[in-house]
Amino acid sequence: MTPLTFSAYSLMALLFQFLNSFGFIVLATVGLAIIFGMMGVINLAHGEFILIGVYGTALPYHAGVPLPIAMVGGVVASTLFGVVVERTIVRRFYDRLLDSMVATWGLALVVSQLLLIVFGSSLDSISTPLGNVDYGPFSSSIYRSIFLPAVALLVLAGLYAVFTRTEFGIKARATIEDPETARAMGIDTDRMYMATFAIGSGLAGFTGALYAPALGSITPNRGSTFLVESFVAVVVGGPSVIVGTLSAAGVLSVFNATGSFFFGTFVGQMLLLLVAIVALRALPDGITGYVKDWRQRRRAEE
Amino acid sequence: MSDRLDAGSGSLLGRLRDRLEGPNTIGGSAVFWVGFAVAVAALIAYPQTTDPYTVIQSSRYLALAFLALSLCFIWGYAGVLSFGQVAFFGVAAYAFGVIGINLSSATGVVAATVGAVVAGTLAAALLGYFMFYGGVRDTYVTIMTLVVALVLNTFMAQTAGSEWAVGEAQLGGFNGMTNIPSLTLGLGETGLVLEGNLFYYALLFTLLATYLGLRVLLNSSFGMTMVAVREDEARTATFGYNVPFVKLVVFTIGGALAAVGGVFYASWGNYIDPSVFGIAFAALPVVWVSVGGRESLLGAIGATLAIERMRTGLSSGIGPIGSEWALVIVGGLLLGVILYLPAGVVPTLDDLVDELRTRRTERSQSTTTTEESPE
Repeated sequence: MTPLTFSAYSLMALLFQFLNSFGFIVLATVGLAIIFGMMGVINLAHGEFILIGVYGTALPYHAGVPLPIAMVGGVVASTLFGVVVERTIVRRFYDRLLDSMVATWGLALVVSQLLLIVFGSSLDSISTPLGNVDYGPFSSSIYRSIFLPAVALLVLAGLYAVFTRTEFGIKARATIEDPETARAMGIDTDRMYMATFAIGSGLAGFTGALYAPALGSITPNRGSTFLVESFVAVVVGGPSVIVGTLSAAGVLSVFNATGSFFFGTFVGQMLLLLVAIVALRALPDGITGYVKDWRQRRRAEE
Repeated sequence: MSDRLDAGSGSLLGRLRDRLEGPNTIGGSAVFWVGFAVAVAALIAYPQTTDPYTVIQSSRYLALAFLALSLCFIWGYAGVLSFGQVAFFGVAAYAFGVIGINLSSATGVVAATVGAVVAGTLAAALLGYFMFYGGVRDTYVTIMTLVVALVLNTFMAQTAGSEWAVGEAQLGGFNGMTNIPSLTLGLGETGLVLEGNLFYYALLFTLLATYLGLRVLLNSSFGMTMVAVREDEARTATFGYNVPFVKLVVFTIGGALAAVGGVFYASWGNYIDPSVFGIAFAALPVVWVSVGGRESLLGAIGATLAIERMRTGLSSGIGPIGSEWALVIVGGLLLGVILYLPAGVVPTLDDLVDELRTRRTERSQSTTTTEESPE
């Protein structure tokens, strides 16, 4: 094998690693980002919402339901759970954001431990569909490196359409911009919050459903697998949901993929953290917060 | 503080009480201090009344109380909610292990103690600098601290191989670091090894001194500035205070407190593993402080002792339900307190006592006026 072909294969492997990481970060983040960006609430039980999606998929699948239909089960389970949580817990904390984090953390402990008690220490893994693509000395999972990143982009595009093109999206954004005025215009802001939280939870469940066949063994502490990446991406991305998630996932997965490819997944994760801390020092409101500031300054100068 | 009998008097005791009491700390009455003295006396007598195993278990709760104080100090008084105090606790514990194993004399252990506290404190100062001078606020601080702890968890869990060693100290990966020396006082090769009851007393007195020291600090002008930052950052900055600097100092002190706890914890079990950075352990300080009351140092300590005692009880099979329910109860407790008792147990009780007292004085005043009115 000549060095040139080897490097071409390596580049390809790096690209697949990037796509894999990009899809993972976008999907892990998007549910959290919606709830944070729209309501300011950081849902520390986000990992457990994803986990409910995983369990909601794996349990029917092991009972003989075909995988795509089982995935719908995961999404439905986490959405319903989200609505219940919003009505009973999160609703009380809209004016106490730090307390909402503490409360959702309590919830996270209870949920993951209950899953352990009810379903035992692990469920059988689900084999990853679509197989692998082999090239040179490398092999990448089509599901993780092509299918999931594509789904991630579709999800973001779908959210963009929902929040800019539909009446619901416009009402929801009005509620976030200025709840008082929105109420005065006849928008039921309470319902908007509930719907937004339900969408966020549903997306978390969707992520869980998609990753159920890509996790290996399914254990009740899998939730924290998603937690670090999603928190870092939300912090780096800043308050704007779609652009923030997209840009943060893009930047972070370059570092994560390069680190993982050359030095192993662990260095990839450490690099992620390092980038996040440096980014925070430079851009305390994240990438989108900086862009917004910059635009305002431009406008003021004109 | 209606019943501060000798406050402000020139006596030594009066001056001492002036330093210890103020609007920022709960408990300033003569009744409180008598109760406090009784509680301390009971804790001192405790090892004489029970078996050595229970004493060793109780030492663990006291070591964890430092972690609770650390969070209580920064969250309750400066409004900085950190979910990652365990990071500094763990860094100090590992640093104590690494230095202590490599320099296995008495002097070495003393050096390890100092080095570990410095390591934990510096880690907090470094993270604090990046966060507070970068203008990172509120929820972002909370997330970043948690992420740091979780990444350290990942990092330490993969240090299993023999290449992960500092001198003679094997980091040990998921299985943790073993053979960490016990706390020792002294110079040279041998010294006074703090074990059993001695370790318990060393912890108890350090905790007592820390508690009283924090009370003095909180009632000083720096404590007032901390509370001002908690209440309104922008206004405090307008008055000319350097808010990022205040927060950095507070966060660094919090890191030091956690580090002291970490040193005690590592030498308590002669062992440390990556689960100290894990999400389940990181949740515990938040639970203790929320339940005890974030604005009450004593509440945080009390809640730590009570909740950890309960967890030990559950895991050793005392009570009707198994150990696996302990985390469900702890999580439920956190959820219940934050929903229905947001200030925590001790401040709520304190308010209740205050209210009863004012109602009683009002009633006695109104009865005296009605008695007097006919005349």
